[in-house]
Amino acid sequence: MNVDSIRDGVVIDHITAGCGMKLYRLLGLDALDVPVAMITNAVSAKRGRKDIIKVDADIPVDFDVIGYVDPGATVNIIRNGELVEKKRIEMPETLVNVLRCKNPRCISSCEQELEQVFKLTDREKKEYRCAWCEVKGDM
Amino acid sequence: MKRSIIDVPDLTPEELNALMDTAEDIIAHPDDYSDACRRKKLATLFFEPSTRTRLSFEAAMYELGGNVLSVTGAGTSSAAKGESVADTAKTVSCYADIIAMRHPKEGAALVAARSASVPVINAGDGGHCHPTQTLADLLTIRREKGRLGNLTVGLCGDLKFGRTVHSLINAMSRYEGLNFVLISPEELKLPSYVKNDALKKKGIPYRQTTDLMEVIGDLDILYMTRVQRERFFNEEDYLRLRDSYILTPEKLKKARADLSVMHPLPRVNEISVAVDDDPRACYFKQVLNGKYMRMALILMLLELKKGGERA
Repeated sequence: MNVDSIRDGVVIDHITAGCGMKLYRLLGLDALDVPVAMITNAVSAKRGRKDIIKVDADIPVDFDVIGYVDPGATVNIIRNGELVEKKRIEMPETLVNVLRCKNPRCISSCEQELEQVFKLTDREKKEYRCAWCEVKGDM
Repeated sequence: MKRSIIDVPDLTPEELNALMDTAEDIIAHPDDYSDACRRKKLATLFFEPSTRTRLSFEAAMYELGGNVLSVTGAGTSSAAKGESVADTAKTVSCYADIIAMRHPKEGAALVAARSASVPVINAGDGGHCHPTQTLADLLTIRREKGRLGNLTVGLCGDLKFGRTVHSLINAMSRYEGLNFVLISPEELKLPSYVKNDALKKKGIPYRQTTDLMEVIGDLDILYMTRVQRERFFNEEDYLRLRDSYILTPEKLKKARADLSVMHPLPRVNEISVAVDDDPRACYFKQVLNGKYMRMALILMLLELKKGGERA
């Protein structure tokens, strides 16, 4: 399979196999009017299989979303065909407007313009809790 | 710097001890504090029904020589017009020096604290936190037992939904030599996240049982809770579980002579009225201790000492 190399854009690499489509949706890549390549189950020397996303445009990337869905993925920023930045994404301490609190009794369900803030409470379990009501968050 | 109290962990163990010391001093020398908050105003914003907590805050402020501005019920405030909690807090900050707020939504007190320019005390935010109840509980235990460590603490009733129980376990888990006995029906057991965070991770011993009588003789403290009707979808389940544990003078015969029986109140029927005359019943002392701890907390947050001096 051949996917052209990109000149200005973003490559999200080392995505755990199977997580690529989830990231694709959560990053809103389906709404972009630019070439996006989604490669699933690519061969990886370290992991066996991995997913890769290539975006042929210099778009802002929400590292928090990547860190929440798949910590350990890497983001490569390409400019003029050169790799200018390579970033390994860690699990963020705080997520702002990534998750939505599902607790109907939470103040965030009714307070005007209140951000949806989640704090990392257990790194091992990848557990985030709402900063307002402390109920566990999930997608 | 302005500081608010949303939950008990907002206070360090040293601050907790200092608050209890202040409360003890107020109890011993009430006149020394009768003018401590002169010209200061407490706004009590209660968007949910409450008898004891609101009156306790108001009595606390009056006994410190301060004044009280009061809002009770969302229907009589701008909240009924759709005003946000953040805007209410900003507005009330223009009138009062400190705010005590109860709100049905969980996290509302934190939102208020972020927007207010004066200290905010969480007087209960839905089923989430009720820190001043825990302060009352801690002072009661310290006054009754002379210590907060080396105790066998039995918690009985609704351990699943009871926010006072979760908060008390979290607060007490900071002290040494504790042993918890969790007494509840299967359906109302302590949630695993509370067990994990407050007990297992800290290596604090605990045991779980459904039989109060099997353990009552081992306890230094028996903290009873109410099974709350509003937590059940099914009236039949509520009625069955409500009557799981009713403490009577007969049952107390098997308990130690120095047991302390506590309850955050209000009770329904889980403690027989006949127990009220037993010297081991402490639940009305808890109510009084709550007022003293609220006085101490108001002083701390307003950075005032006895006689109205700056802390």
